[in-house]
Amino acid sequence: MTSARALVGIGSLLVATTVPATLLGGCTTQGMGTGTATMTQPAPRARTTTGAASYAAVTDQRLVNPEADNWLMYRRTYDGWGYSPLEQINTGNVKNLVPLWTFSTGVAEGHQAPPIVNNGIMFVSTPQNQVLALDAKTGELLWRYKRELPEDLFQLHPTNRGVGLYEDKVYLATLDAHVVALDARTGKLLWDRTVEDYKKGYYMTLAPLVAKGKVMVGVSGGELGIRGFVQALDARTGQSSWKTFTIPAPGEPGSETWKGDSWKTGGASVWITGSYDPQLNLTYWGTGNGAQWMGDQRPGDNLYSSSVIALDADTGKLRAFHQYHWNDSWDWDEVSAPILMDVQRGGRTIKSLVHPGRDGYLWVLERRADAIAFVDGKPYVKQTVFTKLDPRTGRPEYDQTKKPVTGKKIPFCPSLWGGKDWPPAAYNPKTGYLYIPTNENLCGSLLGTAKPYEEGKLWLGTEIKDIGMVVADGANHIGEIQAWDMNTGQKVWMRTFESHNWGPVLTTGGGLVFAGGTNDRYFRAFDGKTGEPLWQWRTNSGITGVPSSFAVDGVQYVAVQSGWGVDAQRMQGALDDIRGAKTDVPQGGVIWVFGVKR
Amino acid sequence: MFAGGARIGQVITLGDLLVGQPPVMVYPIDPGSRIVRDGSRLNQILLVRLSPDELDEDTRAGSADGVLGYSGVCTHAGCDVTLWQPETRRFRCPCHESEFDPRDKGRVVGGPAPRRLPRLPVKIVDGVVVAGGSFIGRPGFLPG
Repeated sequence: MTSARALVGIGSLLVATTVPATLLGGCTTQGMGTGTATMTQPAPRARTTTGAASYAAVTDQRLVNPEADNWLMYRRTYDGWGYSPLEQINTGNVKNLVPLWTFSTGVAEGHQAPPIVNNGIMFVSTPQNQVLALDAKTGELLWRYKRELPEDLFQLHPTNRGVGLYEDKVYLATLDAHVVALDARTGKLLWDRTVEDYKKGYYMTLAPLVAKGKVMVGVSGGELGIRGFVQALDARTGQSSWKTFTIPAPGEPGSETWKGDSWKTGGASVWITGSYDPQLNLTYWGTGNGAQWMGDQRPGDNLYSSSVIALDADTGKLRAFHQYHWNDSWDWDEVSAPILMDVQRGGRTIKSLVHPGRDGYLWVLERRADAIAFVDGKPYVKQTVFTKLDPRTGRPEYDQTKKPVTGKKIPFCPSLWGGKDWPPAAYNPKTGYLYIPTNENLCGSLLGTAKPYEEGKLWLGTEIKDIGMVVADGANHIGEIQAWDMNTGQKVWMRTFESHNWGPVLTTGGGLVFAGGTNDRYFRAFDGKTGEPLWQWRTNSGITGVPSSFAVDGVQYVAVQSGWGVDAQRMQGALDDIRGAKTDVPQGGVIWVFGVKR
Repeated sequence: MFAGGARIGQVITLGDLLVGQPPVMVYPIDPGSRIVRDGSRLNQILLVRLSPDELDEDTRAGSADGVLGYSGVCTHAGCDVTLWQPETRRFRCPCHESEFDPRDKGRVVGGPAPRRLPRLPVKIVDGVVVAGGSFIGRPGFLPG
């Protein structure tokens, strides 16, 4: 604030000197309450043989080929499968699954991170940027790190989606857009680097992608007019190795898809951990919507919004991209990174990128060293916007009456939360199926408004009251788990839930599919081949956490965080408004670890 | 002064606040130094004017000519409370739909907010809205 503006204010609202010093002190030009101090609370050392003292360093080799017992990253493997090869818990005995220990995280909001396990040590991140290290077998707390977040933080998504591991360190991307490195044995803070200024609307909720000595993160903030990017930090020092924007600057390839200064505030957030192909040395990232939401206010295709981008892991150089849909106007962030898997097409094995899009299409692309090629795409939920796909490029044509614009209310399906939002799908190489957590029978509408950008403020291009949602007439369900055979391109089974579904999926070598996601607080297991429900357990809260599976001393476990919040809660509010209902899903996070009763 | 919109930086007077109109988001100005206290989002104040007979006794005691002051930052996750529901006279947060009743000391009437919106007693001095005390409650969310 300048004194010039202060002069304008003479005689205006005066603040009495009784306003507490803690509120007004020292805030003439600088912000206040912006402390980034941290603290680590020591905890008693584990009393088991798997205590932190015997920590197994995480190497590149282990990340590329993890032991079956371990879950070392967000989706366990770089290909993004969400698959554990463990088969001790299987379709025959899963009915005997019982909780073996639980742990209260002490915080509310959406608990979305997977319990990540390295040789019997479990690392769990929670909302408010807390990291818990626990003995995975006994539930004994080894250490707790809790970040002191700035008090003036604006938490549109109060959550975190997991830690990254490398050597003897644990990495956390924070809500105030820092990356911190912790000592895996003690939780001690080793370094803390600012990635961007949270006051400008940048924040991070993703689990870092760690490979070849680099900690790679992406920024959120597409609802606050940021310019998205992926940044790699040196895993040992935290120094920046490279930074690649998801929106090209003027003169760079793709910049012709933006007009004027719109690229500066164009969004294209990176919400979720990238996948990685070590052979091609390419990391694959999904990107978010253009900002603000109304495409007619930022004409052009708006590369690389709502796309997948391939970045060289060593240099960050953009090697290839595919834009799922151009000039996004539906808030359809393509948040999830694609799943790397082989798909048969016409007798040929395609090294593919598979992506169940928020735009309601199930995309199959081919990945190569210097290109991403379109293979095919088809809707997996009701989709009213795309009239056809270009058979060569996959570029959709739009029904223009279904594309939101400024000044007119436009209906479209699926809703702005899409057919699948951030909760990850999973691929099981034994069943050969892809499992997608979906929401069907929900359509939306938007009425665009033009408002100037203000730094660090919500900038949606619509008023909240003009965000509509409707449930299809006669709908008997909303949530689904769909299983697809990607070789035939056919859906093979589907389970439906009356509730909406925000449950990330785990699949295992025991032929099982695990997921929660519904407002009734259940965690469930299904037969991966048939979809038959085999087991369920009612937990403390709704489950939007990524489940994981691991083994310690030869015994397999399944773990998940239960803790409802964020968009599952928002969608519940929207559904309640439609139905005139009030659904109380209790909050508060708990880590659950299940095993077969002996 | 107005914290945003077309009249950003302009001084608020009683005439700017009409019964039935949506609230305005303002920043305070220090009476001595004339410095605008806009260094932190936590200093954002919502001013709204309601009919005094709508207000409960405590709320009315901290109001002036029906003008009420509240923290403009949600107690849930720290978002700006920018929405107003004229029919129900409720503040609403755009991030997670928390709702607060300005007629009843900022009571939570919907959504995930754990506590009231802090209230700032106001007075009218020479037609200008001034703070009549400190915030009742701590502005913003409570970390951890």
